Amino acid sequence: MAKFSRRHIIRTGLAAGAFLTATRCAAPSGTPNNPAPGPQVNTNQTKDVTLRLIGTGVSQINDIRDKAQEDLGFKFDMRALSTEENNQIAITQPGQYDIFDGEYFSLPLVVPSGNLQPIDTKRITNYDQIVSFFRTGEFKGMPVEESQGTAPFRVQYLTGPDSKEFSTTPTDYATLIPFQYNADTLGYRPDLVGRTIESWGELFNSEFRGKTSILDIPQIGIMDAAMVAEALGLMTFADKGNMTRAEIDQIIEILKEQKRSGQFRAFWKTFDESVNLMNSGEVVLQSMWSPAVTAVQSQGTECIYAPLKEGYRGWGGGIGLSKNLQGVQLDAAYEYINWMLDGWVGAFLGRQGYYSAAPETARKFMSAAEWDFWYEGKPAAEDMVDPFGKTLAKAGVTRDGGSFDERFGNIVCWNSTMEENTYLVQKWNEFIAS
Amino acid sequence: MSETWKTLKPYALITPQTLVFLMFLVFPILMIGVVSFWEFNGYSMTPAFTLDNYRGVLTAVTFNTYLNTFKFLGLTWLATLLIGYPVAYFLSFHVPKLEWQILLFLVCTIPFWTSNIIRMISWVPLLGRGGLVNQMLLGTGVIQQPLEFLLYSDFAVVLGMVHLYIIFMIAPIFNSLMRIDRSLITAAEDLGASGFQIFKEVILPLSAPGIAIGSIFIVTLIMGEFVTVRLMGGGQSASVGKLIQTQIGSLQYPLAAANAIVLLAVTMLIIVSILRVLDIRKEL
Repeated sequence: MAKFSRRHIIRTGLAAGAFLTATRCAAPSGTPNNPAPGPQVNTNQTKDVTLRLIGTGVSQINDIRDKAQEDLGFKFDMRALSTEENNQIAITQPGQYDIFDGEYFSLPLVVPSGNLQPIDTKRITNYDQIVSFFRTGEFKGMPVEESQGTAPFRVQYLTGPDSKEFSTTPTDYATLIPFQYNADTLGYRPDLVGRTIESWGELFNSEFRGKTSILDIPQIGIMDAAMVAEALGLMTFADKGNMTRAEIDQIIEILKEQKRSGQFRAFWKTFDESVNLMNSGEVVLQSMWSPAVTAVQSQGTECIYAPLKEGYRGWGGGIGLSKNLQGVQLDAAYEYINWMLDGWVGAFLGRQGYYSAAPETARKFMSAAEWDFWYEGKPAAEDMVDPFGKTLAKAGVTRDGGSFDERFGNIVCWNSTMEENTYLVQKWNEFIAS
Repeated sequence: MSETWKTLKPYALITPQTLVFLMFLVFPILMIGVVSFWEFNGYSMTPAFTLDNYRGVLTAVTFNTYLNTFKFLGLTWLATLLIGYPVAYFLSFHVPKLEWQILLFLVCTIPFWTSNIIRMISWVPLLGRGGLVNQMLLGTGVIQQPLEFLLYSDFAVVLGMVHLYIIFMIAPIFNSLMRIDRSLITAAEDLGASGFQIFKEVILPLSAPGIAIGSIFIVTLIMGEFVTVRLMGGGQSASVGKLIQTQIGSLQYPLAAANAIVLLAVTMLIIVSILRVLDIRKEL
């Protein structure tokens, strides 16, 4: 009898264990893997509208949602996803979102799917306040005008209201309204590197063997690698943003060689990983996103976001409208975009180190000291505090890379989706497996 | 009437489960099979019948990736068996009280309670360049330079997998050890068998099905593993699961589906070979 009960208990225990294991796989409602059911609109008033946003973690900020709900009177339901998940849902599950907050380089994939509707620029109040590079491709004659890759301007306009084709000249039909963007570069630990880093080429310098890192997202990692290879004179590209198969082969060979010699400590895929690598000192020099540098600094670790002589790799994200939006919901979405360009959001993002689509409107909501530090590249007149209460820069400090014009104007390439994307992914897997 | 009911009853009983299996296991796998023959471009898939995806799978890269996955599998299997068996043996033969057995068994599940993020972060202060292990070894003068291979290496990947999956080896072995009739051991002792002989002739053969079930768990878990491989390998180690994940991340679903079908076939093959060697039907 005792034996029976013993066996019985073990069996039950095992079953319970199996059950626990199984349930761990099921995501709770409302998370990316198990989206909550859509909202129901009962009456014809924007008050009852709920707009569902999808976007990456850096753009889905609760404070912005709360302020938007307060100012606009309708509701927002935000989902923070990884870059890859965001694109996947945008393309494969159009019914899951009303507003798509994605990166420009995903547009060559998202737009042909027909899941976005063009934004009527005539309905955007402050459209002419948006930085000229996004609207016209011009920026004070600086290098960014010649930048390679999926530059926002190249995918900013569609040829018509029902078009899936990009227009090379401005039209009234925009794909995205820029939300946040920045100039990315290498980040390093000055205490562990011991000198100033001035070139992308340093990433392959044997001095830092086993202490560097790049991104394990093919479309972004390849651009960093290309910047390094060009800086070192290892190879040249006709267009980094649209490599040929031969160029992909060559750059992957260079990467493999570096991996074999133990140049990299680790590759990272998410924001937190890069912060963790840098903070622990496992990596002293790596390709980074600007908020990651801020996160490292806010934990009390010195980290410099190096202005490099070859220029920056740019990225930008914006707000797009789902083709499912119509009537009162569509009106609400336009209201949101106009609110977004009104300045409060721009100032909020500006205090985190991002740039606003329409800096002049954001300026109204920033103090003179904040504006001078973040946009003009002047020494901080007072401590710079981010919207979450963390001090990002002490008084007297200057922003790495200087002013908005100096940083944005020197972007030489953008995150890109190339024509040979499939081949790139295949070769990237080969690199990881080598 | 009651005769008909008697014949129908078993079928009625298995119907719900069969439906669940068909809908949530068989149907998705069939769909993956179908999609693996489709054509795709950057943003969409089109129904078609092409073998290009399989041609894309059968390359040297995939082969090397499989070799690497097998290496992880072999090492992890060996380590979980060598560590898991003594643990299960101790639990079932040397812990006298049932309450204590259950409690200690639960302790073995602790590694499973933490999330991936926690695991990712917590290994760095332990195994990192300036981590506890390196500090200790440096402090005692055993090494002069910090050991780099402790983290972001194949070693770290295997360590992470053993840490995470060992419970799947312990549980079935523990279960089969508990079911061994203790009078068999007394009988062997009476017949003058030594401790080692008892283990070799009685306990090991009777617990073999437990080892087989544990091995099947380990095989299925590790062949598809990608999270531990990425986090512990620092993204520098390849596994089939990670390969598929990268393809899915780049929206190359048909290619990923073809890879998944090949992976399924390889995994099934390994499991069938295990079942050929050991009969686990006694356990079920």
